[in-house]
Amino acid sequence: MSPEQSRPPSMTPLPREGEDALHGEKMVVNMGPSHPSTHGVLRLVLTLDGEVVTAVQPHVGYLHRGMEKIAEGMTYHQFIPYTDRLDYLAPLSNNVAYVLAVEKLIGVTVPPRAQVIRVLCCEIARISAHLLWLGTGAFDLGAATVFFHTFRERETLYNIIESLTGSRMTTSYTRVGGLARDLPEGWAGQVAAFVAGFPKFLDEIDSLLTGNRIWMKRTQGIGRISARDAVDLSLTGPNLRGSGVAYDLRKAEPYSGYENYDFEVPIGSEGDAYDRYLVRLEEMRQSTRILEQALKALPDGPICIDDPKVVLPKKERVLTSMEALIEQFMIVTQGFPAPRGEIYHAIEAPKGELGFYIRSEGEKSPYRLHIRSPSFINLQAIEKMAVGGLVSDLIAVIASLDPVMGEVDR
Amino acid sequence: MVAGPYIDPSPPAVVVDRLKERFPGAVLEASEFRGELTVLVPGDRLVEICLFLKEDPEADFDLLSVVTGVHFLERDYDYEVLYHLKSLRRNHRLRLKVRAGRDATVPSVTPVWAGANWPEREAFDLVGVRFQGHPDLRRIIMPEDYPDHPLRKDFDVEGGPTSLDAPGRPASPGFRDMESI
Repeated sequence: MSPEQSRPPSMTPLPREGEDALHGEKMVVNMGPSHPSTHGVLRLVLTLDGEVVTAVQPHVGYLHRGMEKIAEGMTYHQFIPYTDRLDYLAPLSNNVAYVLAVEKLIGVTVPPRAQVIRVLCCEIARISAHLLWLGTGAFDLGAATVFFHTFRERETLYNIIESLTGSRMTTSYTRVGGLARDLPEGWAGQVAAFVAGFPKFLDEIDSLLTGNRIWMKRTQGIGRISARDAVDLSLTGPNLRGSGVAYDLRKAEPYSGYENYDFEVPIGSEGDAYDRYLVRLEEMRQSTRILEQALKALPDGPICIDDPKVVLPKKERVLTSMEALIEQFMIVTQGFPAPRGEIYHAIEAPKGELGFYIRSEGEKSPYRLHIRSPSFINLQAIEKMAVGGLVSDLIAVIASLDPVMGEVDR
Repeated sequence: MVAGPYIDPSPPAVVVDRLKERFPGAVLEASEFRGELTVLVPGDRLVEICLFLKEDPEADFDLLSVVTGVHFLERDYDYEVLYHLKSLRRNHRLRLKVRAGRDATVPSVTPVWAGANWPEREAFDLVGVRFQGHPDLRRIIMPEDYPDHPLRKDFDVEGGPTSLDAPGRPASPGFRDMESI
């Protein structure tokens, strides 16, 4: 007798063709815009079949402030504070990206000391951004301990940033043609102390998570994307490198003297959330190496180019010299005209390729400024990564994509 | 974990010659500024040119960095759409440019690079460029019922109706409307 025949007759009506009793009925769930694991104001409209995500529709724009429009009515210097509010977890990096683009447009290069300080800024920003990703990402998956440890380290970095720039988040530290101010007394020592202690902290995290079975179960094979798809979807940064593509603008298109530093670009192989975790963890180690080398290489000298039409004069000179007063007045009230032309300059920000396209018609403000923000483009991949997985895995996917809504919505 | 290789960028000027050879008459303009190459091509041949640039081993533009729309007033054309291309293997960049009139459409390059999806939606939303063949051309940054394209140069930031507005086009919501509420 076959098993089919031995089964008692069903009391419930049989489900229709292609359905069964547990599956078939779809539910639409609105996740966000204010949901703790969406890291800001990301809204996802999920179509669920039980616990399985069958469709994801992201809605962005809740943090839109019209930065690109604002830039069209400002001088090149006036826009710098707005760049703080792009990826607000790495404002120093955005500052550097923007002024490098303007400097490319007007055709100037900053002195060596300013370049090294900018590298220090970028790497401090990278470490602090990755620390936040690590803390909140692990917190989303239930590992609360990591969160407190990363925030302790972040606090050290924020103190370093504060003593350098005067503020913790809205740094506005760079200037077109240089930097706002030189390093304060003892600052290099602060960074050196951090660099000395940080690898040990990373080892702790490594031992806490990398071989942790819960962590591995929650991240391995989750949000997988192949190298081919990742490139096709224009992913950049750790999200692309997690899939095994060694594309890092610090190596591919070195800026601010990155070619002088010895560091490696970690890549993954599986393209899942776990590999993206490994890549970012290793990137923090490499950033520490860069910081160490930059501190050793820090040359003396000016921090700004010598061009009174672009760089603000020193305050002492403004108070004692008529010419300096006029120069300051002209820059503050008029700005400086940039030559007619269009440029695109990108840096390797913590989230990926952060590029500024500037179109100049020869005026004091850009005719059009477009920000290629890595988070905006990276977020496109969420559909590919999340569909077919569970809702709880979607949380891991968002965390591993590491979007910052400030730069998604601009 | 492996270290990535360091690649010297190859000059993209080679690509212009390849393009001229493959598509006679399609390179309307090629200019260089600050070491960046910009090539103007006709809109109706954009997709085949993009496919060629992606597949050709000399060009090999596998990554579309971003799509940018720029609006102009008082010119022969209304929009410029810029495609910032990057080749990961050859490590060079190229900016492809097409121009379009106010009511013209620009073919979508989403069949070539899937990553063009959101940038094209953004260019539609903020600048008003209409992409033909885009799978999902909805607003992305502004609310779905928003009536205007804020990065257009005739957009009035104060909120009143502009002289260039088409008849019957609702005024953009702005500060004045906020005051009247």
